[in-house]
Amino acid sequence: MITVSHYLTLSSLLFILSVAGIFLNRRNVILLLMCIELMLLAVNFNFITLARYLGDSAGQVFVFFILTVAAAESAIGLAILVVLFRSRRSVDVEDLDSMKG
Amino acid sequence: MTEAIIFYVFGSVLVLAAIGVITSRNPVHSAMSLVLAFVTSAFLWMLLEAEFLAIVLVLVYVGAVMVLFLFVVMMLDVKTEQGRGGFTRYAPLGIGLVMLIVAMLGYVVWARTQEMNFLQAPPPASADFSNTEMLGSQLYTVYMYPFELAAVILLVAIVAAITLTMRRRPGLKVQNVARQVAVRARDRVRIVNMKSEKDK
Repeated sequence: MITVSHYLTLSSLLFILSVAGIFLNRRNVILLLMCIELMLLAVNFNFITLARYLGDSAGQVFVFFILTVAAAESAIGLAILVVLFRSRRSVDVEDLDSMKG
Repeated sequence: MTEAIIFYVFGSVLVLAAIGVITSRNPVHSAMSLVLAFVTSAFLWMLLEAEFLAIVLVLVYVGAVMVLFLFVVMMLDVKTEQGRGGFTRYAPLGIGLVMLIVAMLGYVVWARTQEMNFLQAPPPASADFSNTEMLGSQLYTVYMYPFELAAVILLVAIVAAITLTMRRRPGLKVQNVARQVAVRARDRVRIVNMKSEKDK
């Protein structure tokens, strides 16, 4: 029998893996963006699970909006990445330290 | 029973795909693992009776966002052999933070699972129940203004992405529509008064 705890465990596993990924890949900005997408997926998983188990459709509507905003965010993030690569010839996090002061 | 089998099969594939995203050295392999993670979670969302969102996840994420990611990865020509320079330096902080999150989420999900067991799964919806219709009727009545705001956010994202990445190369022949529209007949045509000439 699959209970609400199973789904919540799965989504927290996803979230923990994506946080670990941000610390593991501290070089490439593209991988950091992918880890953020994975985090958003974990959050959406929680919303949908609780929407089902609480019988409230507001969770599904929220997931709809999160998907919209995440698509906009990744489009702008990748555009910034392209501009960055054109001026710096690299997408390393380590190279982006010109605002350190 | 069938639900349990589907959950465990797709859940383990999902976790393996997430591990693949964060451990592979090649960004293209990471993007492919992320596609696999999205597709398997779409199956699990179907299991949770969120059919419309499962389809949207495949169409929007796999079809658009991940293709955008792959385009950028292939266009930027990033060197893949660069190692994990900062890993050892930040490993203690990372491990500490991950353990903290594991402890907190484990406490909430497992230690208090008794208190959550009042959340029983409702009986499955009948065959003629339309998840899309339910979501649409909510979206166009209760959530009308957030829906329009989401549309504006998408428009802003389009404009921002285009203006950020557009560049004007010198020597490119383009139309300047504003100057074309603003031109007046006086600037182009000169009307000369002259006497008519007779043939001989």
